Amino acid sequence: MAKTLFEKIWDRHLVRDLPDGTSLLYIDRHLVHEVTSPQAFEGLRLSGRSVRHPELTFSTMDHNVPTDDSRLTIKDPISKAQVEALETNCKDNGIHLYGIGDDHQGIVHVIGPEMGITVPGLTLVCGDSHTSTHGAFGTLAFGIGTSEVEHVLATQTLRQKKPKTFKVEFTGKLQPHVSSKDMVLKLIGIIGTAGGTGSVFEFCGEAVESLTMEARMTICNMAIEGGAKAGLIAPDQTTFDYILAEDRPFAPKGEAWDKALAEWKKLPSDPGAVYDRTLVIDASKIAPQVSWGTSPGMVIDVDAPVPGLNDVPGYSAGDVQKALDYMGLEAGQKLTDSKLDIVFIGSCTNSRIEDLRRAAKVLDGKKKADHLRLMVVPGSQQVRKQAEAEGLDKIFKAAGAEWRWAGCSMCLAMNPDKLSPQERCASTSNRNFEGRQGAGGRTHLVSPEMAAAAAVAGHFVDIRDWNGGN
Amino acid sequence: MEAFTTHRGILAPLDRANVDTDQIIPKQFLKSIARTGFGPSAFFDWRYVLNGDPNPEFELNEARYANRSLLVTRNNFGCGSSREHAVWALAQDGYKVIIAPFRGEGDDYIPGFADIFKNNCSKNGIVTIELAEDVVEQIFQIVYGQEGLEASVDLEKQTLTLHGEEDLSFEFDYDASVKNKLLKGLDDIEESLTYLEDIESFEKTHATWITL
Repeated sequence: MAKTLFEKIWDRHLVRDLPDGTSLLYIDRHLVHEVTSPQAFEGLRLSGRSVRHPELTFSTMDHNVPTDDSRLTIKDPISKAQVEALETNCKDNGIHLYGIGDDHQGIVHVIGPEMGITVPGLTLVCGDSHTSTHGAFGTLAFGIGTSEVEHVLATQTLRQKKPKTFKVEFTGKLQPHVSSKDMVLKLIGIIGTAGGTGSVFEFCGEAVESLTMEARMTICNMAIEGGAKAGLIAPDQTTFDYILAEDRPFAPKGEAWDKALAEWKKLPSDPGAVYDRTLVIDASKIAPQVSWGTSPGMVIDVDAPVPGLNDVPGYSAGDVQKALDYMGLEAGQKLTDSKLDIVFIGSCTNSRIEDLRRAAKVLDGKKKADHLRLMVVPGSQQVRKQAEAEGLDKIFKAAGAEWRWAGCSMCLAMNPDKLSPQERCASTSNRNFEGRQGAGGRTHLVSPEMAAAAAVAGHFVDIRDWNGGN
Repeated sequence: MEAFTTHRGILAPLDRANVDTDQIIPKQFLKSIARTGFGPSAFFDWRYVLNGDPNPEFELNEARYANRSLLVTRNNFGCGSSREHAVWALAQDGYKVIIAPFRGEGDDYIPGFADIFKNNCSKNGIVTIELAEDVVEQIFQIVYGQEGLEASVDLEKQTLTLHGEEDLSFEFDYDASVKNKLLKGLDDIEESLTYLEDIESFEKTHATWITL
């Protein structure tokens, strides 16, 4: 029978079906960070269990880490205790740790692919909803809660109900300056933040196939924002070239590479494979997207007006009113007229080298608007190093940006980087929830190019016809 | 995990859709390495004003809901971050049952709860009940109409009963595996480890480029 990419990975990892109707699924890679793991390790200790496969467990620190020059000495005692707990837990259990000060420290979803921990055809989990990022490689990757983190540590498996499959096909070619961030925001605008619940997306079509690996990671990263369990993209030559392009210590080599490659080539969905649901989006018609509200589904084309109370599918008039009030916006106004206070380029969605290159291209030879603050936060120390080797840091600094160290930074404000109440931010991150970037802060989600252009103009612009501020 | 069989308590409303886990427990509380102490921080940004006093405009702060243990809300509750701290906060703030509506069917179906949140609830003894939108609307009206309204849940029978002027019962669907686990208070890890032999034999045949 013709199988989808998802079904092939699922079947390959099925330890057994259980009498209660769930399945015991084998987990190949487990990524761990400081926030969602301490209680899991504590649970193991209390029950006298050990980590079944420390060599398949990889750990870093990203959420709490300061991204300025104070990063090596966390001042907040509670953050410090959490980071130290991870150090102890990794040491006690023999788990790989890329901690603060390590050359490979960074956002967990940036370092996984960078280190070759993420390759096609795996099951990969992490106590973090943006684990869906890794699906860009054709690997089944999803976020789990802390109880499940403990379950994976103890058993290297998870008990799962088989999700449904949801094919999202992007036909045609993207317009210049429109990116994969705009594709995924457009999708969430159509289906809403619960549209994918219970499903695994498979992104496909001409516009997806022509994306680079890092652009693919951006789409899969936000699969969770559409409610989906995971997002998948079939591995192809782009995927294989990416893995080979750098020294990725955990990627298969030599004979193992040949075996793996042969397996990976069998992964794409078979012709005629059946999906539970299919949606087709014409990529050539996608405009740069900007979120206007407090949910990633509240998103519009940059040149469209802020919608009225009854104009947002899936949201009640009351919800829209609450969002408008929180965001300090009125129906009918243009987002291009709203003055920005901060521009944040970073997060597991858009902090990889290609994201920084795209932002740097817009900022090259220009200055940010005087009234705003521009932060550029690379996703990993390796990304930072690469950007500096290419001179991108000089472009950012000359434009008036703060060039930071790696971490989650202002995506979720668990560290010193946060918005003040009512500050308006153009952000390349993934969530515009109330208070996400700091209590009372107002987040607009955009692509790196849109964020960079907004930093120069001082407000949003349509990157497609922007003259560079000249 | 503590078993859940039946529960009766005061029902409170939270009339908002798409309540995300950042709202249920904001990030500053995720720095704790303990599993307890999250209760007073549930819904923190809505619940308190800047000086730390209770926010009189937040409906769950009304005196009539002070002893609530069941919550009725709108669709897609618990979306966003996977943080189990959100469920710990609700459980430690006294919630045993959360009711939310599903809407539509087929491609238009919108569930009451986000996946990871619902799964996290099942590991912490919180029962998540999904009912049709018009039924949930009816429950909202009854809750608003009667101070101190009590409700009870019988998980075995899969019924929710509102104890208003007269009892009004609703049946709900429930995943059989989750139901069994909640009723017996089973520990997932202990259960899964009974299949250790299956895991070991699976590992023997799993590709070595995968097993590193």
